[in-house]
Amino acid sequence: MPPSASIPLFVLLGALGLLAASGVASAWIGRWSERGSVWLGVSGSAGACLAGLGAALAALAFRAEGTLSFPWSLPYGAFSVGIDPLSAFFLIPTFLLSGLAAAYAVGYFRPWNGRNPGRFWLFYNALVASMALVALARNGVLFLVAWEAMSLVSFFLVVHDDAGAGVREAGWIYLVATHIGTAFLLALFILLGRAGGSQDFAAYAVPAGSAGGLFALALVGFGTKAGLVPFHVWLPEAHPAAPSPVSAVMSGVMIKTGIYGIVRTLVLLGAVPGWCAWLMLGMGAVSGVFGVLFALAQRDLKRLLAYSSIENVGLVAMGIGLGMLGVHHGLPAVAALGFAGGLLHVLNHAVFKGLLFLGAGSVAHATGTRNVERMGGLLRRMPWTGAAFVAGSVAICGLPPFNGFTGEFLIYVGSFKMLLGAGSAALGGLLALVALALIGGLAAACFTRAFGIAFLGEPRSSAAEQVHEAPLSMRGPMLVLAALCLAIGLGAGGVVRLMEPAVAMLVGSAAVDAGRNSAPWLFPIACGAVMLLLLALIGSLALLRRRLLAGRSVRRAVTWDCGYAAPAASMQYTATGFAQPLTQAAAALLRPEIESRPPEGIFPAAASFHAETPDAARERLFDPLFRGAAKWLGRLRWLQQGRVHWYILYLVVVLAVLLAWALRS
Amino acid sequence: MGNAIDILLVLLVLTDLVLLGSSRLRNAIRIVALQGLALGLLPLLAHGRGRLWPAILLGAGSAVLKGFVFPALLRRALRETRASREIEPFVGYIASLLLGVGALALSFGFGARLPLPWAAPSPWMVPAGLFSVWTGLFLIVARRKAITQVLGYVVMENGIFALGMVLVEAMPLLVELGVLLDIFVAVFVMGIIVFHINREFDHIDSDQLEALREGAP
Repeated sequence: MPPSASIPLFVLLGALGLLAASGVASAWIGRWSERGSVWLGVSGSAGACLAGLGAALAALAFRAEGTLSFPWSLPYGAFSVGIDPLSAFFLIPTFLLSGLAAAYAVGYFRPWNGRNPGRFWLFYNALVASMALVALARNGVLFLVAWEAMSLVSFFLVVHDDAGAGVREAGWIYLVATHIGTAFLLALFILLGRAGGSQDFAAYAVPAGSAGGLFALALVGFGTKAGLVPFHVWLPEAHPAAPSPVSAVMSGVMIKTGIYGIVRTLVLLGAVPGWCAWLMLGMGAVSGVFGVLFALAQRDLKRLLAYSSIENVGLVAMGIGLGMLGVHHGLPAVAALGFAGGLLHVLNHAVFKGLLFLGAGSVAHATGTRNVERMGGLLRRMPWTGAAFVAGSVAICGLPPFNGFTGEFLIYVGSFKMLLGAGSAALGGLLALVALALIGGLAAACFTRAFGIAFLGEPRSSAAEQVHEAPLSMRGPMLVLAALCLAIGLGAGGVVRLMEPAVAMLVGSAAVDAGRNSAPWLFPIACGAVMLLLLALIGSLALLRRRLLAGRSVRRAVTWDCGYAAPAASMQYTATGFAQPLTQAAAALLRPEIESRPPEGIFPAAASFHAETPDAARERLFDPLFRGAAKWLGRLRWLQQGRVHWYILYLVVVLAVLLAWALRS
Repeated sequence: MGNAIDILLVLLVLTDLVLLGSSRLRNAIRIVALQGLALGLLPLLAHGRGRLWPAILLGAGSAVLKGFVFPALLRRALRETRASREIEPFVGYIASLLLGVGALALSFGFGARLPLPWAAPSPWMVPAGLFSVWTGLFLIVARRKAITQVLGYVVMENGIFALGMVLVEAMPLLVELGVLLDIFVAVFVMGIIVFHINREFDHIDSDQLEALREGAP
């Protein structure tokens, strides 16, 4: 293995060790010293993330590839870890966001009131380590161990505030969903390993004609973690329940391990049949539209962000689906643009969704509620948080010059190329374009609403009046992320250049060249230049406005004044009211439960309106499914006698049958 | 040598049958202790070309644990809980014995067909070991008291011990030591739990634990 690969790999393993050691030490020290525990946890986490980020960047820049293998006494297992551009690319957002969220958590959890901070830091650092190990693993058993560890420790983080019954229920839903997903992955790895004779990734072989089925297994297993519709049900439950730094990491990076899994499976499988690409593209489009529509109907700020994560994972899936279609139909430029767009959006979404969840955490921390209907006017009281939130909102809507634009733009260009040059497969480009446009418009509406209702206007409750700005430890990470949103947007050409080797692993380097040549004004620095031009335009418009207003008197007035003599906060648009035209148009899908008492008569006295939008997949697919399963399995209750004797008898019978079966010949 | 092993194995089978038919707890504990002591000799006789010292260590350790420590623990539990000295079976003694004879026949059937990596020191070894495992499991399932269940575990481990002697060259003694340690911990813990169950519930009928199951009345 060349030193360009072995040095980053050892640094990464050292970072994993530091994470594990600092987490355990933090939990141990926390019994005596709160300050020591927090300090140990955050310094271990931040130090490991910094080292890991550096190693991952270096590995990607030098196109490092190599595998280290240590013997392991587990059957079929080997502690095989490796680095290649794909792993390095996914490690970058992992370490970046995790380190910043760790710094944020210091201020977020203060004061601890006598509780042991180690119970957070132990699991948090373990989560970061296991996510990194998922990206590094080169053995099926090691991968599954890391995957399970990631699921379990994130469960413990979700139920951190376990006093609330809602939090515990959300935790259970998450635990069940993630284990069902893992069951599919187990089948996938067993099938791949059986054909190859070993659980090492390098030895995996695909039985003839089964690539499509194996990809479907991966899509269900990894799609559950990624939050693709209809496997997303845990996401809008678990993300709001978790503490905000955890939601940021889970939404920004952890669900991307699902995307990593799908992409890694593509590398392992080689060629997949065409219907897989259509399935991926279709699921992406459905997830995107579904996610953003439900986000539009939420009043809980973090739940809204969780649905928006489903939307963004949908965008990533559409990019990957487009890339797969391009590969299948022999369109190298489309393939490169699709995969590059999808992967770039992974990085972008980690940055801006991390930022938005941290912002939502600051707001919830200050106001004591997550309900946007009880916020309002926060921008004047929390200017830094507000500015960071607006940067994240603009980025997530895919507006230049922020980073959200870049990934989506690559997917757009790829779709146009598909539409123009693909003959029979042009339909895929059309589907992607329609979905992208719809998602973009709805996302803009959704975040206008979220930002406008929460931060603009007048306070809607006394809690929103008495807020003050978040402490520096919380503001700092948000501002860094906001700056990154802008920086990645401006330097998109360089970022795409950096991630080219990762794309080349999926489509081959010739296709990457084709992609670069097909949009020459996109890949190089020109992209940043266009962005700078836009910034200059905005700046000169602002200057012009100042010039024009220079000689006039400017009067400040209450927002949403509307010319009333005595305006009140309740006259403002509510979040529900703002979204109503759109949610009503999509009522067939959303199925809101509305209780309304419209005003009656000439002098109406009392009127009320209440709308609730439960998750469609949960209401109509999973709830009936699980209820049915519970009913049928309830008939086996008689097996559960409650007597140890009976349980051991079952074991004896099974053992005897197995022995007889083994000796049957 | 072969003769001595055969005698020990016959002893194992006979003590198992006595256990199936025995109705007194104190008696049963004494028989299990005797079984443990006798099996302690087995590694010495069967170690074959393997090294002698580990075999002596294993045999002595096993004999001390099963012959003296376990019985002492169990007697103490019996004394402290002041349980009645009756075994209280779910399956009657005669029926137990008949089932035991059936299991013995099956064990011989299985033993003949079980593919072994190499020849056992004695043709009796696999059937006797299997039979002891079945007897142990049967005692766990078919007897009411927690103490008889502990006895069942020890008898089962005796069977595993005898089976392990067949593979003494393939299976390192370390594995056997591990099993022994497990059983030791199990007996130790169960001795304590039996005592505590008794103190909480005034009896040590493990079938009464069903009150703890999900959805119990």
